[in-house]
Amino acid sequence: MDDQKIAPLNYFLHSYGPASMPTMYLGWVFVAVLVAIFLVVALLLLWAVLHKRSALYPPTIRREAQGMQCIYIGTGITTCILFAMAIYMLVTLNAVAKPTGAPVLTLTVTGYDWWWKVEYEDDDPSRRFVTANEIHIPVGRPLLIKLKSADVIHAFWVPVLAGKTQTIPGLTNRQWLQADVEGSYRGECTQFCGVQHAHMGLEIVAQKEDEFRSWQDAQRKEATISIDVMAGQKIFLDQCAGCHTVRGTEAVGAHAPDLTHLQSRRLIAGGLLTNTPDHLTQWITHAQQLKPGARMPSMVLTAAEIGALSAFLSTLN
Amino acid sequence: MTDAAKNTSGPSLTRVPEMGSAPIGSAAERRLAELWESTPGWRGRLSTVDHKVIGIRYLVTAFIFLLMGGVEALIMRLQLARPDQTLLTPEQYNQLFTMHGITMIFLYSLPVLSGFSNYLWPLMLGSRDMAFPRLNAFSYWVFLFAGIFLYCSFPLGQAPNAGWFNYVPFSGAEYNTGPNIDVYALGMVLLGISTTVGAINFIVTLFRTRAPGMSIGRVPILVWGTLTAAVANVFAVPSVSLAFFLLWLDRQTGTHFFDTLNGGKPLLWQHLFWMFGHPWVYVVVLPAMGIVSDALPTFCRHPLVGYSAVALSTMATMLLGFGVWIHHMFATGLPPLALSFFGATSLVISIPSGVAVFAWIATIWLGRPVFNTAFLFFAGFVILFAIGGFSGVMTAAVPLDLQLNETYFIVAHLHYVLLGINVFPVVGGIYYWFPKFFGRMMNETLGKWSFWVMFVGFNLGFFPMHLLGLLGMPRRIYTYAPHMGWSTTNMITSIGSFIFAAGILIFIVNLFVSLRRGSPATANPWDAPTLEWAVPSPPPVYNFAVIPLVASRHPLWEDRIDEGGGRSSLDHGYLLMEGRETIGTTALDAIPDVILKMPEDSYAPFFLGLFNALLFVGMLLHWPDFTALMVLACCVSLAVWMWPRKALLQRVPDYDKGAAHG
Amino acid sequence: MAETIPLDRPLPVGSEGRRSGGWWGVLALIATEASLFTYLLFSYFYLASQTEQHWPPEGLPELLVPGVNTAILLTSSVCVWACERCLQRSMMGWSMAWMAFAHILGIIFVAVQLNEWSKKAYGMASNLYGSLYFTITGFHMLHVIVGVVILLVLLLWISLGYFDHRRYAAVTIGGLYWHFVDVVWLFVFTTLYLLPYVG
Ligand code: HEA
Ligand code: HEA
Ligand code: HEC
Ligand code: CUA
Ligand SMILES: [Cu+2]
Repeated sequence: MDDQKIAPLNYFLHSYGPASMPTMYLGWVFVAVLVAIFLVVALLLLWAVLHKRSALYPPTIRREAQGMQCIYIGTGITTCILFAMAIYMLVTLNAVAKPTGAPVLTLTVTGYDWWWKVEYEDDDPSRRFVTANEIHIPVGRPLLIKLKSADVIHAFWVPVLAGKTQTIPGLTNRQWLQADVEGSYRGECTQFCGVQHAHMGLEIVAQKEDEFRSWQDAQRKEATISIDVMAGQKIFLDQCAGCHTVRGTEAVGAHAPDLTHLQSRRLIAGGLLTNTPDHLTQWITHAQQLKPGARMPSMVLTAAEIGALSAFLSTLN
Repeated sequence: MTDAAKNTSGPSLTRVPEMGSAPIGSAAERRLAELWESTPGWRGRLSTVDHKVIGIRYLVTAFIFLLMGGVEALIMRLQLARPDQTLLTPEQYNQLFTMHGITMIFLYSLPVLSGFSNYLWPLMLGSRDMAFPRLNAFSYWVFLFAGIFLYCSFPLGQAPNAGWFNYVPFSGAEYNTGPNIDVYALGMVLLGISTTVGAINFIVTLFRTRAPGMSIGRVPILVWGTLTAAVANVFAVPSVSLAFFLLWLDRQTGTHFFDTLNGGKPLLWQHLFWMFGHPWVYVVVLPAMGIVSDALPTFCRHPLVGYSAVALSTMATMLLGFGVWIHHMFATGLPPLALSFFGATSLVISIPSGVAVFAWIATIWLGRPVFNTAFLFFAGFVILFAIGGFSGVMTAAVPLDLQLNETYFIVAHLHYVLLGINVFPVVGGIYYWFPKFFGRMMNETLGKWSFWVMFVGFNLGFFPMHLLGLLGMPRRIYTYAPHMGWSTTNMITSIGSFIFAAGILIFIVNLFVSLRRGSPATANPWDAPTLEWAVPSPPPVYNFAVIPLVASRHPLWEDRIDEGGGRSSLDHGYLLMEGRETIGTTALDAIPDVILKMPEDSYAPFFLGLFNALLFVGMLLHWPDFTALMVLACCVSLAVWMWPRKALLQRVPDYDKGAAHG
Repeated sequence: MAETIPLDRPLPVGSEGRRSGGWWGVLALIATEASLFTYLLFSYFYLASQTEQHWPPEGLPELLVPGVNTAILLTSSVCVWACERCLQRSMMGWSMAWMAFAHILGIIFVAVQLNEWSKKAYGMASNLYGSLYFTITGFHMLHVIVGVVILLVLLLWISLGYFDHRRYAAVTIGGLYWHFVDVVWLFVFTTLYLLPYVG
């Protein structure tokens, strides 16, 4: 996985699941075939340009009809190769279109300007929960992702796990994926969606079954607010609750990431910043500088308020 | 027609066209020049309908747009050269890449080809002008005004900002409140008018105004390419005009076509856009491929191998091109079965392209190439076409495209095909026809420099974009983080872009130098086979002193080619000089069947174009009274334009009236 | 080949004969306009096939008035055709009469259609169906109005004595456009009025 750290989206050389592996091979084969054909074409051209014309070469201009066999042969070969490529393409499409087995988990991921809302479904409504931008999944298991959009078209793409699918308002698209190796995998929004399209990342964390279960259990819990951060909580309820939710408090805003377990996430703001206390305060006070146009205002707070708020946020784990 | 001949009632309605010859300087030739010359000065400039003037105007305007779009791209490349740059704000970047795409796709790549075709068609076909010279002028004016219209919001920071394909709902009123998208929408409807009338003009020109004997199997491939593109435009442009019009209605009058809350569907936009969009990408390359198919044989001293095959492949590409639009929508969640179908047709489209590639290679192989600048551009083009086509094949493979879609791989593909198949042939075409346009040769040394700098810069700039795409870099991002692994490659790309721009600069310098100091060109400096080289360089206003009679595909090579068959007659033919006249022939065999009266210069096209554009300005600014006034002005201009004229024998001439009524 | 081309025949001059440039031009125009309507109807079917709304909102459309109006429009087409035939036979009076009649029928169509519009309980912006209905019929209406103006101009030109049995290209061309407007209406009518009964 070291290479992956260098270019985390490199799907051409890396694949960690059955929804992308066949595609990766397809890519290699296509590249190999096309490079080979390119070399043939380029060499033919080069030879055509450079080959020596004998002195006996007809000084008159020759008839048009000559050279047709070149077209016949070329077209014949092209057709055969393309036919083979088409078959291989269809086989691969078939392999990646459907999950390997019944999905063990269903998620609804909704694209917002410019972050992702993630809902874990469950037959029991009390076991459902919501988080943002960071998706944990059990390793080695297929899961189904329902894709929605809250505003404009986005595209959900975690390249080393699967191809991309647009999230289209008014429509629920589906896609499946599965990670066979533990680790965290970067994803990006790839459909142009406005000023901060560049910063609409997400992360998929594939964990062992039991780690995943305990993560889920933790996420389901409501926030436990200790008495020492009541000041911060008040500021939060005054200033932030219109947009954000913290389950277990009166904050039930629905336009922004759920912050109940903010501290469990590695990145914030659509993958723009790592989740450090420093970055958090910077983000809260300077969201518009860090991510110009983001749907969160730069909050005007006094140093004392910031301190209290940070204390409050640091308890959301 | 014999019918008409029998009941001749007046001398002017039917006549046997006079045959003869009119060498330069003869009385007949001087009379022709007088008939066709425009008034000097600005009056002439506004009212001229000469296809050569209009063609050059198209070329120059489109080139200016290329430079503008190019400068926009260079600014983008500065921003992207290193990670986390802050040269541009995100909004500025979005407007830049949108305007870059719009400019290049709509204001450069088709108009520049229209320029060539406008200039060359009548010369290649042996006619004195296009079928509808005034419509031609109109089409140019509307194009110019639409370009200005699209650009007027740029300085105000309110340029279109939703990408060239402008997906809803992002481009809808809810998420895009400024005038940005209205400018784009109305501008596109306006530009659509220009494209459509231009296309109609080409179609009718082909079927009506070829020289006698220039049967359909003898027209140059450029003509096939432009004809195919024109027919495609006629069917495809309404789709995008409609899409933009509906979007404008949604934004301005509250209709619900794309409004999801009320049952509208964002995907409708994607379908309408790409049903137009894919045919369009072939529209902007087929004529350019035609340029190569016509010019390459000249430099190889060998007729194009497989003329019919190439002509057929041109049409087959276009036909298939109408059935692949979904390949731009693979990631929209359509069922796999539909995707398979459209993926497969997209692969099949490579076959006709292959035919053309093999034809060019065979032509070079069998011929004796002359290594001058134009030849280099055409040979280089073949390489770039192959690379661009092959990346297209990769994106046509559905599962692979689900990865490649909306990454820099697509950006690489589109630049390889658009620059490789449009810009390179266009620049090569200018090297080829410059002597014809201006009567001077272009400088070869500068020419070779411009080619090599452009070729190296282009590949250095755009090939690495494939790698960026494979490394997962999404397109349309205004910046990226250093840890994504894209930094070095982006730097190389930016450097390549500037080298490429330097190549363009050398080319432009060469244009100006050659315009002033180029050595004078003879009528046929390249020893080319087609009709446009039979007339002096630059061609006289009336094109052909006598309408030539054509007996083969290569009228100027007949003496040397061992084809047998008849001999074309270039100096002796119809004189046709009772007013502006040319010959009309039958659609397929080019048997003369009418003497066409060509219109005089007129201001009507200019004013109709102007009022038409102002009408759209009125709509943009919500000035209903002004808009209504402009509608009226358009009607008046049209009536003036269309009024049947005696000079054109469109109505009964007075002296003929009695007989006619009898 | 050149020798097989007859070069010494008398040729008609100008726009005489059926295949004038304008005739080709208007055919191409019709092709592009026909595609425009195809895309419009495509949008209609695309949206209708996915809708969950009442379609059409007022229930099945009433057929009598639109049906009669369709007949009126088609009759008008026939009149234009008759006008052209009379012109070819130099029956100037008749030809003017037919053209005037065609023109009046066109105006009646517009009037009836405007009345139909005013009876609708919804407008452009009320719901999706309304947007489609008014845009499609509106586009067609625009074409009818242009057509009516063309017919008027042709009438004027005929009465000015511009045309005769050999020079009537303008009438053919204008007529072709008018026939197109009428044929398109059949498609629009079928889509908006008849198909709801089927599906
Ligand atoms: C300008 C012209 C142009 C041309 C000619 C093409 C040609 C082709 N294009 Fe491309 N295309 C664009 C312009 C063009 N394209 C643009 C602008 C976009 C992006 C739009 C946007 O999103 O902004 C795009 C995007 C695009 C996509 C969508 C990608 C995506 O968004 O996810 C696809 C998918 O199938 C595709 C496929 C093809 C194919 C199969 C061809 C084929 O026609 C290529 C055929 C040619 C060859 C293959 C080479 C010659 C053949 C041989 C030498 C024979 C031997 C070959 C084989 C055996 C393979 N193109
Ligand atoms: C014909 C079409 C065409 C052409 C020629 C170009 C040319 C170039 N394009 Fe572009 N491009 C597109 C069509 C084209 N492009 C399209 C359709 C898109 C998609 C848009 C979208 O996503 O909506 C796109 C997108 C696009 C992007 C992706 C943006 C993004 O997704 O974020 C980039 C990024 O590098 C880019 C770069 C370039 C560069 C460096 C050039 C260079 O070739 C430019 C070279 C420079 C010049 C030609 C100018 C030379 C000028 C001088 C030397 C100065 C002289 C000045 C005077 C004399 C006054 N283009
Ligand atoms: C007007 C709405 C709004 C208000 C008020 C608001 N936010 Fe936000 N907040 C957002 C949105 C929208 C995002 C997502 C931004 C993005 O990533 O583009 C966000 C993101 C965040 C994040 C990052 C979450 C993540 O996981 O990426 C934090 C932390 C945060 N807000 C804290 C706060 C605090 C603390 C306050 C009050 C002091 C506050 N917000 C007020 C809308 C708001
Ligand atoms: Cu969301 Cu791009
Ligand atoms: Cu395409």
